Amino acid sequence: MEKSLLEIKSVSKQFGGFAALSGVSIDVARGERFGLIGPNGSGKTTLINCISGVLPNDGGSIVFDGEELSGLPAYQRTRRGIARSFQIPRPFASMSVLENLVVPLEYVVHRGSLHLADTEAEAMEILRGIGLADKAATRSNQLSQVELRKLELARAMAARPRLLISDEAMAGLSSNEVSEVLEILFKLNAAGITIIMIEHIMQAVMKFSQRIVCLDAGRIICEGTPGTIVANPEVQKAYLGA
Amino acid sequence: MLRFAIGALGVLGLVAALPLVVHNEYWFFAGYVVLQLIVLATAWNILGGYAGYVNFGTGAFFAVGAYTAVALYKAFALPLGLQILAGAAASGLLGFGVGMLTLRLRGIFFSIATIAVAIVLETVVLNWHYVGGAKGLPILRPAETPFFGSYTVWLFFVMTVIAVIAVGAARYVETSWIGRGLRAIRDNEGAAECSGVPTLKLKLAAATLSGALMGAAGAPYAQYLSFIEPTSSFSLNHAVNALAMPIIGGMGHWMGPVIGAVLLGTLQQVVTVTVSSEVNVLVVGVMLVVFVVAAPEGILGLVKRWKKASSK
Repeated sequence: MEKSLLEIKSVSKQFGGFAALSGVSIDVARGERFGLIGPNGSGKTTLINCISGVLPNDGGSIVFDGEELSGLPAYQRTRRGIARSFQIPRPFASMSVLENLVVPLEYVVHRGSLHLADTEAEAMEILRGIGLADKAATRSNQLSQVELRKLELARAMAARPRLLISDEAMAGLSSNEVSEVLEILFKLNAAGITIIMIEHIMQAVMKFSQRIVCLDAGRIICEGTPGTIVANPEVQKAYLGA
Repeated sequence: MLRFAIGALGVLGLVAALPLVVHNEYWFFAGYVVLQLIVLATAWNILGGYAGYVNFGTGAFFAVGAYTAVALYKAFALPLGLQILAGAAASGLLGFGVGMLTLRLRGIFFSIATIAVAIVLETVVLNWHYVGGAKGLPILRPAETPFFGSYTVWLFFVMTVIAVIAVGAARYVETSWIGRGLRAIRDNEGAAECSGVPTLKLKLAAATLSGALMGAAGAPYAQYLSFIEPTSSFSLNHAVNALAMPIIGGMGHWMGPVIGAVLLGTLQQVVTVTVSSEVNVLVVGVMLVVFVVAAPEGILGLVKRWKKASSK
């Protein structure tokens, strides 16, 4: 059997006396579309902060492609192939859309070895793929909500990840815009990128994910296919409002 | 790059030829201060403007450069070039050290630490009798130098070289991937780190370079005044000027601090001669408030806006 791309083993995280994560273990296979759901405060964002290195995990281990990540700073994890988008878009506001993508291309992919014009051409290619090419020269603080969400994904893509973590990339979008973002994520997955999707829009998670984990109060309460998750009484009670 | 190099060489050539046409030494004496401000403002902008980490301790970095030079001059009679290199190295190390202690934390901790460093170091120097302590130390500098004649003119040329190096370094940082990394840190440090930017390393590099340039600006200070004492060396005025000039000129571009320093520095010299040296800080304060309120992107921002409006 092929080894998992990401192995999270008994990861815990405390904030003072509050246990945000308690012994969470998840395996994500290569090329998988993986959904992470749960009510607000269940530990979803804390978990992806621990995976991406924004927060250190207090206990357990996070292994990516056979390498232990605990203790590595976020930028090293990005360089190893983990990229993420943020729940609340965090563009580099003083830069153009194109420059936003040049940063990860320079720091992760080329490490300053490629000429700026060539890096910009590469960034432009990613923008074309994601449908933001016409905004390349626009300052990122002048984008609409859906454009900001796309920029988050495009910037994560510019880091040439093997694992992309999409943190509520569809929050606040109309149904047409949700479909647009979902299509982008399907396209990226078809290109071989493993994707972890954190989302509250259930139709989107169910449609996208091959496997889903539901967290509640920092613990896994259910894991399985979308059908299993929906039918689980604990998930219904904790999250689906049954 | 080539255009900048030709421009820099042109400036140095012009400055070297100035003594042939300008015979009043006062212009060099006053010009030295403006050049010193260009170096301080440019150095401050590398960390404060590009990365968004505000240094309130410019005086400490400046004075460490000055006192390192004085101590080495007194101990070994080192030539000015080596004094400047040693002053830059000492202040660069200080920048690295303060950065190591505080730049792991985000926000204002670095700013607070730089104020604390200035106070601690000033207290140390006040009690360091080898370099004069609180009483200060007179310096006997050579009266004449070959080619330039007057030592003041020579120091003016030396400070021009330091200013050209400082501006060149800032321009390189700004236009390279290092500059884009620093801007990403300023815009959103968390997102920068997740985009592969080694934020701590970049901030440390910027703090070291910025500190080193401030130290280089301070190293000839005692030779310039023929005297050194802690109060003026560590003065908060250095910090106010270094911060105000990039804000007034425009922090996003290497030319901003140069424009701010030339404008404000010249105005300060005029005010010193015509009104009083005490009014200097008032001039800086008023201009700072005006620009922060009316033109937060500085003079360069105003020019950009004007160009945009006139092209419509």
